[in-house]
Amino acid sequence: MVQLKQKKAPALRLNAELKKSMPSYLMIAPYFILFFFFTVLPVLASIVLSFTDFNMLEWPEFTGWTNYIRLLVNDDLFIVALKNTLLFAVITGPVSYMMCLLFAWIINEFSGKLRAFLTLIFYAPSICGNAYMIWQIILTGDRYGFLNGILLEWDIINEAIIWMKTEKYVMPMLIVVQLWLSLGTGFLSFIAGLQTVDKNMYEAAVLDGVKNRWQELWYITLPAMKPQLMFGAVMQITQSFAIADISIQLAGNPSVNYAGSTVVTHLLDYGTVRFEMGYASAIATILFLLMVGTNKLVQKLLRRVGE
Amino acid sequence: MKRMKIFKTQKLNRSVAGNGLLFFLMGIFGVLMALPLVMIVNNALKPLDELFQYPPKLFVRNPTLDNFVDLFVAMNSSWVPFSRYLLNTVIITVGGTVGHVILASLAAYPLSKHRFKGRDTLFNMVVLSMMFSWTVTQIPNYMIISWLGINNTYLALILPACSYGMGLYLMKQFIDQLPNSLMESARLDGASEFRVFMTIVMPNVKPAWLTLAIFQFQQMWGNTGAMFLRDEELKPLQFALQQIAAGGTARAGASAAVTFIIAAIPITFFLICQSNVLETMTTSGMKE
Repeated sequence: MVQLKQKKAPALRLNAELKKSMPSYLMIAPYFILFFFFTVLPVLASIVLSFTDFNMLEWPEFTGWTNYIRLLVNDDLFIVALKNTLLFAVITGPVSYMMCLLFAWIINEFSGKLRAFLTLIFYAPSICGNAYMIWQIILTGDRYGFLNGILLEWDIINEAIIWMKTEKYVMPMLIVVQLWLSLGTGFLSFIAGLQTVDKNMYEAAVLDGVKNRWQELWYITLPAMKPQLMFGAVMQITQSFAIADISIQLAGNPSVNYAGSTVVTHLLDYGTVRFEMGYASAIATILFLLMVGTNKLVQKLLRRVGE
Repeated sequence: MKRMKIFKTQKLNRSVAGNGLLFFLMGIFGVLMALPLVMIVNNALKPLDELFQYPPKLFVRNPTLDNFVDLFVAMNSSWVPFSRYLLNTVIITVGGTVGHVILASLAAYPLSKHRFKGRDTLFNMVVLSMMFSWTVTQIPNYMIISWLGINNTYLALILPACSYGMGLYLMKQFIDQLPNSLMESARLDGASEFRVFMTIVMPNVKPAWLTLAIFQFQQMWGNTGAMFLRDEELKPLQFALQQIAAGGTARAGASAAVTFIIAAIPITFFLICQSNVLETMTTSGMKE
C-alpha cells in the first residue's frame, strides 16, 4: 500500500502542477502552435535536408555527412566566405552595437517633437527600403562618383578608383556601408528601453556620488536596461553574421575574386542559383552553430555590465 | 506630482562641454543618415530630364509633381482596380501586425512571469530560431503552407508573420523588467491572469509593443506576397507598385514616385508610434 501511494504521488503532483499552470499554457498556446508549424518544423526539415542530396525536383537522397565534409574540407570558397564573414562580424558587430547604444542614449537627452524627428533621421537608412542606392551613387567607379570626385578635387588620388571592383576596397567599403545601416532593430529597442528606466534612480544616484553622465550611464542606465541589451546583442549577432544583401547589391555575387563573399552569399549561390538545397542547408546549419556559440559568449560578457 | 517636477528639471550630471560634444556628433552623423531620405524626396520631385541627368545631382532644381501624375495614370490602367490592392494590403499588414503583437505579448507574459514546465526550453527555442537562415527554411515552409491548405490565401502571409521570434523575445525582455509586486496586487483583488495581462502588463510595456508594431508593420508592408499569392486579386499594393516601378525607362518618373510612397507609408506609421513611445514617458512615472 505504502509503495503504491508513493508511486502514485508523482503522477498526481504532475497533474496538479499541470492544472495550476493551465492559464499559462493557454496563453502561450496560440503563439507556439503557429511557431511550431512555421518555424520549428521548417528548421528541423532543413537540418534533416542538410544530410541529403536535394535538387528541389527529385526526392532528397540521404548522403550522411557528405555535405559537411565537402563544405569544410573541399570547398575553398566557403573558407574564404567564412573568413570574410568572421572579419565582418568581429568589426561591425561590436561597433554597430555601440553605435546603437550611443545614439539611443544621446537621443534620449532630447525631448518632444525634436526627439521623434531625430529618431527618424537616424533610423532612416533602415526604413527607406532601397537605401543602398545612395551608396551606388557615392561609390560610382568613374570620376562622377561622389567619393572619387571629392578625392580627386583634394588631390588625394590621381585617377578615379572603381571602388566595388577593386579587391582591396570591397571589404572596407562594405563594412562602412553596413555600419551606416546599423541603427535598426537594436537602436529602436534601446530607445524604448531607455523609457522604462525609473527616473527616481537618477536622482538617487546623485546622492550616491555619481558625478558625471558617463558614470550615470555605466552604474544606473545600463544595468537598468539589461534585458534590452541582451535583446540588442542577439539581433546584432543575427545581422552581423547574415550579411549578404549589401554585398550582392554593391559588389555583386560573385564579387571580384570573392572579396565580398560571405557565408550567406555562398548559401544563396547554392540555394537559389545551383539548386543544391542539401548543401545550402548544411551551410545554414554551420552558420547557425556559429551564431549560437557567439551568442553564448556575448551573453556571458553582458552579465558583467555595471559591475 | 512630485515625479512630474523631476521630469522637467531632470538633467542631472550634465556639463556644457559634454553637451557640445554630443550635439556635434549628432550633427555630423545626422547628415549622413538623412541622405537616403533627402534623395528619395528629391528624386520624386525631379522632372524626367533631371532624373536622367548624368552625373546625378542630389537636389532637385525644378520641382514638379509630374511623377505622381504618371503614377496615378499607371495605377488607373491596371487590370485589377487599385482599391483592391489597397484592401489586400490593409488586411495583410493589419492582420500580421496586430496578430503578431497580441500573440507574442500574450505568450511573453507567462514566459516571463509564470513558472511552468518547459518554460525555459520554449523560450530558448524562440531565441535560437532567429539564428537559422531564412533562405533554407523557405522551401519546407512552402510545403507546410501548401499542406495546411492555406496557399494562395491571406493566411499564408499572416499566420507565419504572427509567429516570428523577434516579437516574443522583445516583449519578454520588457516584461522581465516589471516588478512582480505590480501584478501581485491585482491578483489579490481576484483578477484572472488574462485580466492582469490586459490591465497591468500591457499598459506598462507600451514602449515595447509600439516599437514592435513599427518593426512588424515595416515587414508586412514590404512583403510582395509573390511566393504564396497567385491570384492577382489577392496581391498587396507593394506588389503592384513594384510592377509599375519595374517598367524601366518609360516609367522612370512613376518609379521615383513609387519609391517615395513605399518609404512614406512606414515612415508615417513610425512617427505616429514613436511619438506615442515618448508620451509614455510622462505616464510611466505613475506606475506602482
